[in-house]
Order: sequence, then C-alpha cells, then structure tokens
Amino acid sequence: MNLLSHSVLLAAEGTEIPVVAPDTGAGGVFDLLWLVIALPLLGAVLLLGVAPFLPASLRATVDKHGHLLGTATAVASFVLSLVLFLSLLGRDAESRQVGQELWTWFETGSLSVGMDLLYDQLAALFLLLITGVGSLIHVYAIGYMEHDPRRRRFFGYLNLFVAAMLTLILSADFVGLFLGWEGVGLASYLLIGFWQHKPSAAAAAKKAFVINRVGDIGLSLAIALMFATFGTTDFGAVSELTGEADQGTLNALGLLLLLGACGKSAQVPLQAWLLDAMEGPTPVSALIHAATMVTAGVYLVVRSNFVFELAPVAQTAVVVVATVTLLWGAVLGCAKDDIKKALAGSTMSQIGYMMLAAGLGPVGYPFAIFHLLTHGFFKANMFLGAGSVMHGMDDDVNMRHYGALNKAMPVTFLTFAMGYLAIIGFPGFSGFWSKDKIIESALADNLLVGLLAMLGAGVTGFYMTRLMLMTFFGEKRWAKDVHPHESPKVMTVPLMVLAALSVLGGVLLAGDWIVTWLEPVTGHAEHHEPPLPAIVITLLITLVVAIGVAAAWFLVGRRDIPREAPQDVSFATRAARADLYGDAINDAVVVRPGASLVGGLTTLDRVGVDGAVEGGSAAVGGLSTTLRRVQNGFVRSYALSLFAGALLLVLVLLAVNLG
Amino acid sequence: MILTILILLPLVGAVVTAFVPGALARVVGLGFAGATLVAGIVAATQYDVGGGMQLTETHVWIEAMGVHYALGVDGLGLLMVLLTVVLVPIVLLAGWRESEAEGNGGAKAFFAWTLALEAMSLAVFTATDVLLFYVVFEATLIPAYFLIGGFGREGRGRAATKFLIYQLAGGLIMLASVIGLYVVSSNQGNPSFLLTDLAAIDIDPITQRWLFVGFFIAFAIKAPMFPVHTWLADTTEKATPGTSVLLVCILDKIGTFGMLRFCLGLLPDASQWATPVVVVLALISIIYGALVAIGQDDVLRLIGLTSLSHFGFIVLGIFVFSPTGGTGAILYMVNHGIATALMFLVAGFLIQRTGTASIREMGGVEKTAPVLAGFFLVAGLAACGLPGLSPFVSELMVIVAAFDHHWLVGSVAVLAIVLAAFYALWMYQRTMTGPGREGAAPVADLDRREVGILAPLLLALVLFGFYPMPLLDVINPVVHDTLTGVGIGQEGGPQ
Repeated sequence: MNLLSHSVLLAAEGTEIPVVAPDTGAGGVFDLLWLVIALPLLGAVLLLGVAPFLPASLRATVDKHGHLLGTATAVASFVLSLVLFLSLLGRDAESRQVGQELWTWFETGSLSVGMDLLYDQLAALFLLLITGVGSLIHVYAIGYMEHDPRRRRFFGYLNLFVAAMLTLILSADFVGLFLGWEGVGLASYLLIGFWQHKPSAAAAAKKAFVINRVGDIGLSLAIALMFATFGTTDFGAVSELTGEADQGTLNALGLLLLLGACGKSAQVPLQAWLLDAMEGPTPVSALIHAATMVTAGVYLVVRSNFVFELAPVAQTAVVVVATVTLLWGAVLGCAKDDIKKALAGSTMSQIGYMMLAAGLGPVGYPFAIFHLLTHGFFKANMFLGAGSVMHGMDDDVNMRHYGALNKAMPVTFLTFAMGYLAIIGFPGFSGFWSKDKIIESALADNLLVGLLAMLGAGVTGFYMTRLMLMTFFGEKRWAKDVHPHESPKVMTVPLMVLAALSVLGGVLLAGDWIVTWLEPVTGHAEHHEPPLPAIVITLLITLVVAIGVAAAWFLVGRRDIPREAPQDVSFATRAARADLYGDAINDAVVVRPGASLVGGLTTLDRVGVDGAVEGGSAAVGGLSTTLRRVQNGFVRSYALSLFAGALLLVLVLLAVNLG
Repeated sequence: MILTILILLPLVGAVVTAFVPGALARVVGLGFAGATLVAGIVAATQYDVGGGMQLTETHVWIEAMGVHYALGVDGLGLLMVLLTVVLVPIVLLAGWRESEAEGNGGAKAFFAWTLALEAMSLAVFTATDVLLFYVVFEATLIPAYFLIGGFGREGRGRAATKFLIYQLAGGLIMLASVIGLYVVSSNQGNPSFLLTDLAAIDIDPITQRWLFVGFFIAFAIKAPMFPVHTWLADTTEKATPGTSVLLVCILDKIGTFGMLRFCLGLLPDASQWATPVVVVLALISIIYGALVAIGQDDVLRLIGLTSLSHFGFIVLGIFVFSPTGGTGAILYMVNHGIATALMFLVAGFLIQRTGTASIREMGGVEKTAPVLAGFFLVAGLAACGLPGLSPFVSELMVIVAAFDHHWLVGSVAVLAIVLAAFYALWMYQRTMTGPGREGAAPVADLDRREVGILAPLLLALVLFGFYPMPLLDVINPVVHDTLTGVGIGQEGGPQ
C-alpha cells in the first residue's frame, strides 16, 4: 500500500485548482455581510463590557434578562444568514463568490492586510450551521443555565464565540482567519473555565488554550511563510500564486497549516485537551466542542485547498493524522463512563472522518463538509440530550449511575435515539449518507485507509450502543435521592429540531446537491472507481456497524452494569480509560522537562546570570570597591558617580580641543 | 518652542510640587502632568505625518565643542513623547493613595520625582544633539533612583542601588562612544554633536564597530536584554507598580529608541556587522525571559521578566533590517507600553487588596472581584499577543520579518506565543480562579476611580488592535528613512 499514490496521481493529472476571486460589488443584501458578525459582537460587548458598569438597579435587570439579548442577536444573525443564503442561491453558479472590504487592518512598507470578508458557497453553509445550531443552543441554554447566578455573562461569552467563529469563516485573509481562530480559542477558554471556582475547570481551560497555542505556532509560521513566499495572505492572491511556488515550500506550508488544524480540531498529537474541555457547561460542549469550533481545522484544510492540492506530502500527512485520530477517538469512546467524555471521544473520531475526507482532495472536500454539517446536527443533538439527562440526574455524568431513563425522560430519549441512529449510520439517517461517502472515497483512494475507516465505523456502532444501553436501558442504578424528570420545553424543543435535522440531514446529498454546490470552491473531482461496486461497500459498512452494535449488546446490554467501574480489566481498557496515555506522553515529553528547565533557569537567573554580571562588571570595570561601598552605605549617593562621569567627559573634551 | 515647553512644564511642575503645601501637592502635580499631556497633543497636531525631523529648535550651547541645545521629533520620537505624556497622569492617579502608605516617601515626593522623570524622558526622546542626549540620559537616573528607593517594598534600597550601578556602567560605556564620535567629527574638521552633522561624517568601519559596541551595550542594559537584564526583575519586584510603569514602559524604551537612532542611524555598517550576535541575543531574551517568567512566584517580578521577552521582540524587529520588522518593532514599543502599564497597574490594585504579591498565597479572586479579574485577564492576553489586542499586530510583524530574515529565527521567536500563553494564563489560574484561600478576607472589586484609571489603557489596546493605522501612518516614514540610511531599500534585504 503506497500512501502517496493518490497524491502523485493527482499531481500527474494537473488538477484544475479554483481561484478565489470574490465580486466586491455585489450590493444589495450582501452589503450587510458585516452585520452577521457585528450583531453577536454587539451582544457580547453589551453583556460583558457595558453591563458590569451600569448602576446597580439597571445591572440587576440586565443580569435577569441579558440572556434574551444574547439569544436575540444570535437569532437575528441566523435570519440574516438565511437571507444571504437565499440571495446567493439566486445568483448564477459562476458568481457566487461575494466579497466585502471593510478597512485596512495594518500596512507596512512591504505588506498590507485588509479586514475583508469572503462569502461563498463554503462560507454560506458554515454561516447557517453556526448561527442555526448556535441559536438553538442559545435557546436551550436559557433553560439549562436558569439557576446560574452568572447567566448574563454566560450568554455574553456565547455571543463572543459566535462572533469570533463567524469571523473565522468569513475572513478573506489568513490573518483575519487567525483573528477569528484565536477569538474562538478565547471564548472556548472562557467557557470551559466558566465554573472557574472548580480548580479542574480552570486547569482544563488553560490546558485547552495552551495546547491550541502549540497548533498556533503552525498557523503563525504558515502566515509568515506566505508573506515570505507570496508577499500576501489574501485568499485570492495566494490561490493565484500557489501554482508558481515550488513544491517543497507548499509542502511546508501545508504541514504548518495541518499543525494549526490539529490543535483546533483535537487531532493526534494535539488531542489531549478535548476530553478535559468537558468541564465546561454542556451547551458549550455542544456548540463549541462538537458542532462548530472543533471543526475549524477541517474548514482550514478545505479552504486552503489551493495549497494542499499542490502539496502531496502535506496531503498524505492529513490522511495519516485523520486515520489515527478517527481510531484513537473511537477507542476512547469505548472506555469512558462519563457520558460527556464518551461523546467527546466520539467527536474526535468523527472529526477524524472529516479530516480524512479533506485529505483526499477534491473527491473528499464536499463530503468533509457534508459530514461536518450532519455531525453538527446529530452531535449537538446528543450533547444537548446528555445535558438534559444530567439536568434530571443532579449533574451526575457517570453512566454507571444511569439506566432505564427512557421512561423517565421520553423526549430526551427519543431525540437522543435519532442522533444515535444518525451517528452509527443507520440506513436513511443523515450520518449514514455522509459517513458512507467518506469511507467509499477512502477505499477508492487507498485500501488500507478505507478499511481502517470502515473498522472505525464498527467501533462507533459499539461505543454508541454501549452509551445508549447504559443510559436509557437496563436496570435503574440511580443514586438514592435522585429523581429523574424530563427537562422543560425550552430545552426539549431545540432537541426536537436537532433530532429532525439528524434524521433528514442527508437530503443535502440529494441529486449530488452539496457536491455541485461546493464544486466552484473545492474543484472538480476526477471520478475514481472504488474497488467494489458502491452498493456492496454500503452493505459491507452496514454489516460492520451491525457487528459493533451486536457486540455492545452482548457485552453491555446482556450483563449487569456495576455502579463502580471494575478495576480488574484488560490492559486495553485501562489504556483507553487513561486516554491512551495522551497526558502521560505529554507529561513525559513536554511538561516534566519543561518544568525542570524553567526551575533550573529561574534559579540560574537569580544566582548565575545575576552573580556573573555583578561579579563580571565589578571585575572588569574595577567597580568592586565602589560596589561594596555603595552597598555598605558609604556612598549612598548617585552624585559621586555622576560627577565622576561628568568630570571625565570634560577632561576628555578639553584634551581633544586643546590637542 | 513646543518641545521646550513640553520639557519645561513637568520640570517646573516637579519644583512647584516639591514646594507647595502637602495637601495641594497631588492636585498641583496632576495639573502639571495634565498640562504636559495637552502640550503633547498640541505637538502631535503640529506634526506632519509625512516624516522627517520636525518641530526642531537649535541653539548653540557650547560653541567651542559644537554642543547644541537641539530638539526635534520624528515619528518615533513623537510616539514616545505621546506614550510618556499619556502614561504619567495615569501613573499619578494610580499612585494617588498608595504613595501615602506607611513606609513610603509621601505623595509629594512621588509626584515631584515622577514629573522630574517625565521631563528628563521627554528631553531624551526629543534631543537631537548627542551630548544633550547623553546628559539627559544620565539625568533620568536621578529621579528614577529616588522613585525606586523611596517607594515600594522592603529591599527597595538594594534594588535602587543595583539599578543605578547597572545604568551608570552603561552610561559610562556610552560616554566613551559619545566622545569617540566627537573625536571622529573633530578630526574631520567640523567638531559637532548635532545628529545631522554626525550622520554626514564618514566613519571608518573599525571605528564604527567600536562606537557601536559602546552604544549597544548601554542600550542593551537599558532595554534590557539578556544577559544584562537582572536589574529589571529586582527593580520591578521592589518598586511600586507605578514606578515600574515609568521604568519599563517609558524609560526602557530609551534603549530601543537609542538603537534605532544611534546604532542604525549613525553606525549603519557596524549595525549590520553586529546583526548575527544581536539577533541571537534577542532570541535568547525572548525565550529566556518567558521561561524565567513562568518560574516566578512574585506577580510583579513575573511581569517585569515578561518585558525581557518583549524587548527581545523589539530588538529582533529592529535588527532584521526590513520595513516590516522595523515598523513592527516601533509599533511594539507603543503597544508594550500600553499593555504592560495595564498589567502593572492591575497587579498593583490586586496586591493592595491581598497584601501580598506572592502568587502562591492568592486564589479565587475572581469570585468577589470579577471586574479586576477581567482587566487582569485582558492584560495577560495582550501580553501573549492575542489578535484583537494591539500587541498582536506588532508581534506578528516581527515574527514575519524574522522568518523572512531566516526561517529558523522566526521559528524560534514564535515559540514565545506558547510560553507567553502559559505564563499569563497560569498566573491567572493561580491568582484568580479556584475556591480561594481559606480564611482569607474576600477581595473587593475595583472601584470607579480604579476602573477609570485602567479603562483608557484597555480601550487603547482594543482600538489599536483593530485599527493601528493611525500609529502606522506615523511609523512607516521613520522606518523608511532609517532603512534608507542603512542602505536598504523598501523591498527589504541588503543591497
């Protein structure tokens, strides 16, 4: 199996790479593009920047009703996104790239970066996902955060996140993208650590930010390399110039971008932050750490297709990272008893699928985005469902304490079940269509990768069934004073909407719509015959999934589940429970050596460098006597030294002049 | 005349403040600082963004030696002047009560010395005669010494002495170069200390290098750079946060200001000759400063050491000799001034409340003081170069220029974005989050006065984060002129 084969093929065929060339004079509703970002940004500024400084009585009102403002801005942004989308639909297929130039951000003698927006087919889909799912989650959070005294601030952070995520997607420049990229990182930091009185939450927040910063090294250097090579970071200009750059540079560029994507999208080796990030309130996990922010890495790769298409090594690296991650996350999902962490492992794995598709080139780009959207629906659905369960179980997250909740929480159960069927790829449900396409494309590209992706689908069937069974079926294993109850309407209605989307999301593929829609952005794909007829592949995938589901039934469903996790388990289970030793590896490779280095340097700075400089200067300058005197208090005045300097000066000047 | 007025106002203010009755001292002092701010703004309105040395005034001082009382500002000088006149009133307001605290030298002395320091700093940034520059350069040490030694925490006396020894050593070394310059200009028949005259003389390469070394060491101590930075940590730990703002945000800029004006401006060939060494020292400063900052337990010492890292960036930007690097460096000087001032002042308000500067002894402050925590977080995020806050733009420019210089240089410098995130957020985590210390009294949130002091700095960070063009319009011509002087065209790269 030659991993490089697909890329070499592509390069040999001389694939046409679409150039980004937005129409900046579209006018009409497209002049309001900036407002999509500005609305939630205004919400964030009012709720976070203005509210704390209002007079006490007014502030109390804002504290009480601020969430309505936060929700209203998100919904307004969604409505505008919808209008924009419909307007884009109304344009010719060739003129669906719309730009808006806002202002010059910064400029030096040799480079210039503008605050420019790009609204095209790809951005349009993201806008709908972010503001649509975002609005539903805002509504849900009204109920979920009802008793939190800092609810106003929570909605401010959510608005900040939405604004930043929209900036990331709408920016027409890599530096502008980086602004949004870091903005969502900040919002993620603030929201993971929202309950920061808990040391674990505060630590998880910092961990997420710092690991993401490691990825940012990649993105920062990618920006630097673009300036050095092309003199610009504007999508349009770069997409025109990549054809002339040499392949080594493009491979380096692709690998740097991939490093950035790994951080944001929790891909191996920068995956360790995502499970800890579940410390945040559950709506945050649904919005940021499932549906939108963590998929930004996939967006970055798809958006930079004009780089990756010409960078075969980088493209292969994307496929490798993705394949490892999709299995890594799935394994974690199998061993977790914490419902949110099981779902987080699943998120890692599913993003691995998207990343895999993105690594396949034009064949895969549309399916990466397709799976990103359907995953956005069903994973947000299930995270919010998990939140609903926790709401009824006094915030207990341990599935060993659940069981038989299908009767106590019928709406949560039914909606969750739709998400479950979608993620395992039950025929007809949204995930069935999107995952099927990715595995099929992977098989056509490289048999080994395709088979591993198929294996992942089986594992997905296993861990999701395990999660379902432990939560909703079997015996009640509830704590004594817990009385599960269904959540209020404000929480269940968003669940129903997301459940419907989880079922019906596959409609985007009807008539190859999404493929055709995205083709002007991602390029035309040469059709590669898969090794088997498509229908056979689909049947095979379904069979593998069925085996996974059945295994879960036999191993989990038919046995009693102890309330305490058994300790006499296999090495594999122990490893999976320990996140496959991701933290241990980081500790051994980075944290402990780093701590020693910092400790050593800190001591050295006080004793060594300081001592050497003091001693050295004393010795060299003959200052030692003076120094000792000064410190002994004999000469407390600066004046003598100054005077000495001045005297010396005058003497020399005189000497020079007289001479 | 406006520049002379600008220097005289705070100087007269210092004297008047020292002699008015104690009750009036603060109001009078602040009045003079306010008047200086107005004068600074007036000067800015008279400045034409096209570039070049402007608002000049030249009077012969010592004719026989070619010494002049000569003032003028280019874009760099103007921005440093504005930074100074804006920060001083903020420092005075922040020290309104603190300077009266027990053990401190009293508000009258604090206000008077601060104004004196402002006057000398403004003179440094506007002097266009090398001897005048040297004199006021040394003169800044007098008020600085008394501010460090008279206000702050136990052990400040030793810190003040250490500060003084370092600075005097640097000053003496520079003096040698100043004299050397004069000797060269005398030998060419026209003894003069005027920058314009000195820029025109022809200095042979070997002499240039000697002169360069003298200036550079002095400015490296001032800036500070590794390995002559150790006065910085001690000083910021012991002095009041207000004094640290004056020292780190204003006075230290003289170091990088001097590098641009004297090293690059007068000794271009030697500057290029020294580039490899300087770039390596800058990189060490960047990484070493951030690593050592991570290891600190004292909030103020930590903040001081972060500046070692940031000054490394500024020096790196200067010495890669490119339009983007130079612009990034000067913009960094302004942004660092704003961001670090915010950091020191918030930390000061925090320490007043907790009674300790030890990170280990704090925790959970956010619960009762969310606004304070918010300011602290924004300051920390600015330090780690978060986009949307002004330091990002300048840091990115320096990284881009460094990468263009050599990919390895850029790749080392960029590591700082991880380290900075770590020291900033780890400090935030340990001081602001968690359940808080048992038995510790709850920390009160910032009051209106304190918010009013900090808010302008925070707003400036955001404004220049999204729209730094007003600053860049002033900076770009200076960089163009400087690089042309060094013999590098706008396209970048030595010709």
